[in-house]
Amino acid sequence: MKKSVCLYFQVHQPTRLRSYRFFDIGKDSHYYDDFANRTILKRVAQKCYLPMNELLLQAIKASKGKLKLAFSISGSALEQFDRYAPEVIESFKALAATGKVEFLCETYYHSLSSLAAPSEFQHQVLKHKAAVEQYLGVTPVTFRNTELIYSDDIARQVYDLGFKTMLTEGARHIMGWQSANYVYTAASQPKLRLLLRNYGLSDDIAFRFSDRNWTEWPLTTDKFVGWLDQADGQIVNLFMDYETFGEHQNEESGIFDFMKALPKAVLAAGHEFVTPAQAVKNIKPAASLEVPDPISWADEERDLSAWLGNELQQEAFNKLYGLKEKLAIVNDPDLWADFGHLQESDHLYYMCTKFFSDGEIHKRFSPYATPYEAFINYMNVLSDFIIRLNYAEQQN
Amino acid sequence: MRVLMFGWEFPPHIAGGLGTACEGIVKGLAHNGVETLFVMPNASGDEDQSATTILNASDVAVQNVSSTVEEFINKVKFMYVDSNIVPYVDPDEYFEAIEKMRKEGLTQTTVGFGQKFKFSGKYGANLMEEVSRYAQVGGTIAMQHIDEFDVIHAHDWLTYLAGIAAKELTGKPLVVHVHATSYDRGDEKHIDTRVLDIETRGMLAADRVVTVSDLTRNIVINKYGIDPAKVVTVHNAVDFSGRENIEVERGVRDKVVTFLGRITFQKGPEYFIDAAAKVLKRTKNVRFVMAGSGDMMNRAISQVARLGIADRFHFTGFLRGAEVQKMFALSDVYIMPSVSEPFGISPLEAMRTGVPSIISHQSGAAEVLKYALKVDFWDVDALADDIYALVSYPALTSFASKEGYDEVNELKWNGATAKLKKVYESLL
Repeated sequence: MKKSVCLYFQVHQPTRLRSYRFFDIGKDSHYYDDFANRTILKRVAQKCYLPMNELLLQAIKASKGKLKLAFSISGSALEQFDRYAPEVIESFKALAATGKVEFLCETYYHSLSSLAAPSEFQHQVLKHKAAVEQYLGVTPVTFRNTELIYSDDIARQVYDLGFKTMLTEGARHIMGWQSANYVYTAASQPKLRLLLRNYGLSDDIAFRFSDRNWTEWPLTTDKFVGWLDQADGQIVNLFMDYETFGEHQNEESGIFDFMKALPKAVLAAGHEFVTPAQAVKNIKPAASLEVPDPISWADEERDLSAWLGNELQQEAFNKLYGLKEKLAIVNDPDLWADFGHLQESDHLYYMCTKFFSDGEIHKRFSPYATPYEAFINYMNVLSDFIIRLNYAEQQN
Repeated sequence: MRVLMFGWEFPPHIAGGLGTACEGIVKGLAHNGVETLFVMPNASGDEDQSATTILNASDVAVQNVSSTVEEFINKVKFMYVDSNIVPYVDPDEYFEAIEKMRKEGLTQTTVGFGQKFKFSGKYGANLMEEVSRYAQVGGTIAMQHIDEFDVIHAHDWLTYLAGIAAKELTGKPLVVHVHATSYDRGDEKHIDTRVLDIETRGMLAADRVVTVSDLTRNIVINKYGIDPAKVVTVHNAVDFSGRENIEVERGVRDKVVTFLGRITFQKGPEYFIDAAAKVLKRTKNVRFVMAGSGDMMNRAISQVARLGIADRFHFTGFLRGAEVQKMFALSDVYIMPSVSEPFGISPLEAMRTGVPSIISHQSGAAEVLKYALKVDFWDVDALADDIYALVSYPALTSFASKEGYDEVNELKWNGATAKLKKVYESLL
């Protein structure tokens, strides 16, 4: 049966903190490891963003516009492109110019603000929308929250911010017997359409592609299109990190060749590509989905435990968002900017202590030797930030 | 009066407090007219020999000296090299050592007569092997220098076997010096029985046992069953000569309350954290710092997070050299809530920097420091009260700071070693 294939790639780079010691508190308020951030960004640009953007641009042209896809680029990543690799922004602009690529909206700082404070969440969504307009010249109409975090409560807020479509995870414990391969509506706001990640087929590419212990290795386009043919439902949502291509799966794994061949193979088998905005126009919703507790696309649990699962993470999160009211009174642009960067979900992710099932993945992405070090460093930075905030408050 | 002294380390290359204490002792003894021959496993050549002559055990070939000693040495060399409980080891080094041992497997080797053995002189994984070899070499050295000393003095269990060998060979009196016991290193269920055995043999063989505090003296008498008549307390001192207090620019305006040391069970870190939470309920203008590392560090971090005080309670990790002085200089109050501390030199360092200190009654230092505030380690309320008082009442703070500074400057090794000299004299 014919399927709509919806590709969405997430682009994000955290603003990594420098090694910030107790002795620095109150003395030095530069928090970021500029060298690491620049080095990593330039490397990923060379290995992933630039070659993959070019590959997709050529594939869109070769398919005569039948290949369609979507990106979401965090504000933190946009800032780093602007500073260290502006050519990446140019290449995304070239993709935007084809008219076949949709750019989504998210929280500017790739934050967990949707779980903390509605006003901060709203502020960051609008800030990101403006940034996408500024850098890429398009206005986003579809929303994806950080790490695909979603709940009934968040759905209401997203709709109220003017979005008609939102992406999230087809989490097994939410879906039950239902399939992710349909369009759904939010139980809390029936006008909001939901597109759910097909985690099986998405992770076949994102996680298992180069795994030689996987029984399906090596993955070919024939095999993958065969699975698309067999899939139930109307739409297959392949959502993954853009760094999958060339970073998580290196060039030698053949991932670029696979992605180059995939659009032709999908179209030849009679399927079509859609962007999220088109998908909800073409496909009628099948049912309504109730999600009282937040879900995400991370780890086996598909919940918030990667960021707020232990007491270290909760302490850092609560201490950070506890500052919001004071910040609003002081209203200083430098403090707002640091407050934003300190909200990046990555900082909490580094403090994750789930060592066993998903610990390896956590470790691979962390600049710290242990979650405890991550916590100490973060709290030292936050302590300096609080001193500055209190000082600014006294000056007012 | 001449003394053959067995140590394990000597400044400048030291891992723990033992080397610093040994330096203070030989200098103090020299001041009191006592000459020392100081034997250590691995001298580097840059030790200050103005007050003593240092003999490097790594330079000495083992000789077949007598049949009684051979029998002794035979007992010694059957000790295996699989100690997992090693005192004084820096935690990071410890984990590395254990890992290395696992990977390489264990081999037992014995040193043959006529051979030299290169000691590491560290507290590493092959410590047990080095301790027994040191005994063999120690016996040889004692015989080579038999006419040059009147008394043998051995510092801590690492050197006791060397001391015993020297005594058996030369017939001269032996003093063992207890800087710490197995009961201070961990709870009783996890005591390394081989270390305990060496400690007991050393104390039994000794003519006098010197302890660094009455607290340790009681342990020696009650836990090791040593005759009280031969156990003498000589409190530690500290050498501050030539030491200038450093000036540091402070980044935080709040009062800083500091814990500095290994983050292990016997140092009582959790009492410090609980007290910090109590103080923070009453006043906000104070920060707490836990400086150091250790096997309880991660648990301590979790405790701080759980109590919700992580924006006011900071961890520095392990501090080296000048950073320690810097940390003292940044502090307003120093805390040593040890569960069991034979002496504890760190509050003396703090007070020398002008930082008032709160220490537990369960530390040897509490016996000599009149101007430190004292609490029971488990009495978190009392500890919180004292911290609050020291950060809130300037009159108390300046009094404790000034009197404490004068007090620790008076705790000189010259006085302590005069007492030690009397111990030697009682044996001749």
